[in-house]
Amino acid sequence: MNHFGPTSTRFTRALGVATILGLGWLAVFGLLLSPDDVVQGSYARLLYIHVPSAWLAYLAFGVTGLASGAYLWPRTRSMQWDRIAGASAEVGVLFMALALVTGSLWGKVTWGTYWTWDSRLTTTAFLFVTYIGYLAVRDLGGSHEQRARRSAVLALLAVLEVPLVHFSVSWWRPLHQAETIERGGLKGLMLFSFFVGMIAFTLLYVWLVMHRQRLMMLNDMIDDSGLDRALAERRNEVAP
Amino acid sequence: MEPAVELVDVVAVLGAFPVLAGATLRVERSEIVLLRGPNGAGKTSLLRLCAGLLPVERGTATVLGVDLVHDRTAVRTRVGLLGHANGLYADLTVADNVRFWGATVGASAEEVNAAMERMGLADRLADVSVGRLSAGQRRRTALACLIARRAELWLLDEPHAGLDAAGRDELDATLRSAAVAGATVIVASHELERAGSLATRVVQVVGGCIREAR
Amino acid sequence: MLSVWAISRLVAGKDLRVEWRSRVVSNQVVPFAALMMVMFAFALDSDSVLKRVAPGLVWLAAMFSLLVIVQRAFAVETADGALDALRVAGVRGAGIFVGKALALAAQLAVLELILLGAAIVLYDTHLVGSGIALLACTYLTATLGLSFVGTLYGGLAAGAKGRETLLPLLMLPVAAPVLIGATRATEAALGTAGATTSDGWPWIGLLALFAVAFGIGGTLAFGSLIDE
Repeated sequence: MNHFGPTSTRFTRALGVATILGLGWLAVFGLLLSPDDVVQGSYARLLYIHVPSAWLAYLAFGVTGLASGAYLWPRTRSMQWDRIAGASAEVGVLFMALALVTGSLWGKVTWGTYWTWDSRLTTTAFLFVTYIGYLAVRDLGGSHEQRARRSAVLALLAVLEVPLVHFSVSWWRPLHQAETIERGGLKGLMLFSFFVGMIAFTLLYVWLVMHRQRLMMLNDMIDDSGLDRALAERRNEVAP
Repeated sequence: MEPAVELVDVVAVLGAFPVLAGATLRVERSEIVLLRGPNGAGKTSLLRLCAGLLPVERGTATVLGVDLVHDRTAVRTRVGLLGHANGLYADLTVADNVRFWGATVGASAEEVNAAMERMGLADRLADVSVGRLSAGQRRRTALACLIARRAELWLLDEPHAGLDAAGRDELDATLRSAAVAGATVIVASHELERAGSLATRVVQVVGGCIREAR
Repeated sequence: MLSVWAISRLVAGKDLRVEWRSRVVSNQVVPFAALMMVMFAFALDSDSVLKRVAPGLVWLAAMFSLLVIVQRAFAVETADGALDALRVAGVRGAGIFVGKALALAAQLAVLELILLGAAIVLYDTHLVGSGIALLACTYLTATLGLSFVGTLYGGLAAGAKGRETLLPLLMLPVAAPVLIGATRATEAALGTAGATTSDGWPWIGLLALFAVAFGIGGTLAFGSLIDE
C-alpha cells in the first residue's frame, strides 16, 4: 500500500459486521436468554466474557511471539511482522486486563476471594506485566528497525520466561481450583452461545489487530515521508 | 588500493531528522582530512557513520573496503573514534584504561607503554584515577587509548579541545606520524589555523552535505 | 579478533577492578542490603514469623540489591560513552554479556553470603550440616541466573539512554522464578518449617534450567539489544 488511505478494506468491514453480530448474540444470550446457573446464579454470566478474554490474551501473545520470530528470521524479515507483533501485544494487554478483572470479580462471588495463588492466575498476571514492559520498550524511540529488533528480541525472551514462571508457580502451589466449566459442564444453547462468544472475540481480535497494524504502517509512512521534506530543508541550510 | 572512505550521496537520520542529507566524500589512504563547518552541520554524524555507528539510510558508503550498507559492524575493529565523550572508566587509573582498550584489539604491553609515552602519560600520571584528571589530561588518556588500538582509520571529533599547547603539539605529531605509517585521519575541528596546517585537505560540511571536496 | 571468552575475561576483570578501586558495592550496596534485613524485622515484628520467612527475605533483599548493582554496572559504561566505545571497538556483545554477568555474579555471591550471615544473626536462623551441599548449589545456580537476567535487561535499559526506570519493570517479572525456587530450596536446606533437603533438589533443577536458558538467551541476544 503506497497511499494514505483508510485502514479499512472490504474484508475488514465484513469482518467488523460479523464481529458485531457475534457480540450482539453473545450480549442477548448472555444477559437475557441464558438461565441462571444452579450454583452461581447470575454471576456465571461473567464467564461469557472472562473465558474468551483470557483465550484471546493468550492467543495474542502467541501471535506476538511468532511474529517476532518471523521478524528475526532473516528469510522472512519484514517490518510487517514487527507491526503485527506490536498490534497483537497491545490488544493482548487490553484483553488480559479484562480477563484479570472479570476473573477476580467472579472469584470473589464464587470462591469468596479476589485472588488465589493458583498457577494459571499467577502466570497470567506475570504475562500481563511482562507485556506492559514490552509495550514500554516499543515506545523507547529510535529508528523503526531499532524498535523492531529490540522488541522482537524482548518478545522471544518473554516466550522463554512464561514456561519458567508457570513451572515455578505450579510447583510452589500444586493444588489449584478445578475449572467450573470443565466440572459443571455446559449444555445445549449455553454451550452454543459460549462458542459464539469465543468466535466473536476471535474475530474482534483479528479486526482490531488488522486496523491497528495498518495504523502503525501509516504512522511509519508519515515518519518516512517527512524525510524528503526534511532533506530539502536541510540542504538549504546556508554556510555562515 | 581502495580509498579509505568512499561516500556517495549518503543520507543518515537521527529519529526523523536527516543529520546527513546527501554527503559525497572520497578520502585516500594516508590523507589527513579536516572537516570544518558550523555547529549542527553534520560533522560528528559523518564521523559516527564512518565508524559504523550510524546506519546508512540512503546512498552508498564504503570504509576500508567494507560496505557499510550491508554490514556496518565489520569495520569497527579497524577504525578508532574519539567523540565528544572519552570512553574512559573514571574509577580506573590511566594505565588501566589504556591497557583495557589496547587489550580489546590484543595490543602488547610494549604497545600500551609506547602509547602512554607518546601522550606524556607514562610517568607521573600513569597510576592516577581518571576521575581525578583535568579535562585536558582525560583527552590525552583517550588519545593514548586510541593509539594503543592501532586503528587504520582515525576519526577525531574536536581532539584539540581542552588540550594545552604541549598537548596539541603532541597530538599533531602523533597524527602526522600515524599518517606516515599508513593510517588515514579525519579530524573535525574549529581550530582552523592549527588543524589547517596539519591537514592535507580541508572539507566544508554544511547542512548535512559536503560543500567543497577538494 | 579476540575470542568471546577472551573478551569476557577482559570485561569481567575490568568490572571487578572498577569495584576494587571504587568500593561502591561493598561500601554502599552491602549496607543497603543489611539495612533491608533490619527493616524487614521492623515490618514483620515477630521472632517466629521472621524465623519462618528468613530464606525468602534473604532472596528478596538479594533481588533488590541486584537492581542497584546492575544500575551501577551499566552507569559505569554509559557515564563517559564507554559502551559506545566498546561497540566502535568491535567488541562482540556476547563477550560483553558474559564478562559483565560473571563480574556481577562474583559481587552478588559475596553479598548473598553476607545476607545469609545477617539472617543467622538477626533472625535466629541456623545452618544444618546435612543441608550445606543443597545450600551451596542453590547459591551457585540462583546467583548465575540472577546475574544473567540482570545483565541482559540492564544492557537493554542502558542502550535506551536515560530510561533506567524501565529496569525493575522488565527484570522483576523475569526473575520471579529464581525468587520462588531459591527461597524454597533454601528453606529445605535450612529445615525451615519442617522442610527436608529432599524437598529442595527439584528446585535446583529449575534454577539450573533458568540459568542455562538465560545464559544462552543472553549470549545470543545481548549484541542486538545494546546496538543502535
